[in-house]
Amino acid sequence: MNDDGTRLPDPRMIPITRTKSWFDTSTQVDETEFDEDGGGRHELGNESADHNDEESGEDVFVRPFIVTGGRTRPLHDGLRIETLVVATATALTAQLHFEQRQIVQWCRTPISLAEIAALIGVPLGVARVLVADLYTDNLVQLREPQAVPEHVLERIRDLVRAL
Amino acid sequence: MSGHSDYPDRYSSGYPSAIKIVISGGFGVGKTTFIGSISEIEPLTTEAAMTERSIGVDDASLLDSKHTTTVALDFGRITLDPTLILYLFGTPGQDRFDFLWDDLTDGALGAVIVADTRRIEDCYPVLDYFEAHGTPFLVAVNTFDGADVFDLEEVREALGVNPSVPVLYCDARQRESVKEILAALIEQVLLQRQAGSFA
Repeated sequence: MNDDGTRLPDPRMIPITRTKSWFDTSTQVDETEFDEDGGGRHELGNESADHNDEESGEDVFVRPFIVTGGRTRPLHDGLRIETLVVATATALTAQLHFEQRQIVQWCRTPISLAEIAALIGVPLGVARVLVADLYTDNLVQLREPQAVPEHVLERIRDLVRAL
Repeated sequence: MSGHSDYPDRYSSGYPSAIKIVISGGFGVGKTTFIGSISEIEPLTTEAAMTERSIGVDDASLLDSKHTTTVALDFGRITLDPTLILYLFGTPGQDRFDFLWDDLTDGALGAVIVADTRRIEDCYPVLDYFEAHGTPFLVAVNTFDGADVFDLEEVREALGVNPSVPVLYCDARQRESVKEILAALIEQVLLQRQAGSFA
């Protein structure tokens, strides 16, 4: 385990962009819960980072679909960036890979696909594949956006004014 | 659809629904500032990789880093009440990422086009895009420090937008101003819908 504080699952991945304030304001997810089981990957990542030091810096190579085993096509179509994802009860105890476990932890309260991508630090397309896998295994439920009726529009307008 | 037919009316079911509004405009016009003024979270950034649509697994070996481009996507979130979550998505500045724009605008309630009067022409492609997609929108003229304040009718003329499209002043740094713009946009969506149902 590297102690320099910059731990990425893989040196080629895009750095995680979540911010501190996220933890304070929105969901109470204990980050340490899913740090342990990613430990092995971190070590692997850091080893290769040592070999590739001269390549790091401005020209970081990103191969985003490494976490999906190269699959770019989700098993479930129609996942929009604002589709809300919420973990099912069984998901919280299921044996899952590192990224999927992270997703399930974040989705104890409904969050959008875009938030998932930002929070676990992967591009949208990768998050789509990962979430679709979870959905196929009945580990998350999806709340896909629907047409908004007029009375809901009026409510949204009034709620925005009252913010 | 997801097949959860046990939630017939989701707007009264207690489960949240996501509402999406797109914040667009030219590069550096204040979209992220606009989102940050009202979002309950600091604007988050996610990346959409250029590879994700066009390249299949078989082609991945042909890729090198020169072809692997990512584009950042800013967004914010406002929980209006336990059943309604409003997401604000900023469009990326580069117009060559059209596929991502479709992802952003499909299903969007409407769009705020932020305009800078010093570079009014920057939002022409954006106007074209939303007009072509039939997305309800309004133009928010960001009042920067030091920028000449133009008459809104002059701005409207320069933009060449339909008289029914609201053109309003906005200070993207001010929460109150951003709130007014969003409320005006939803009002515009309502008007457009009502007009549509009588046509």
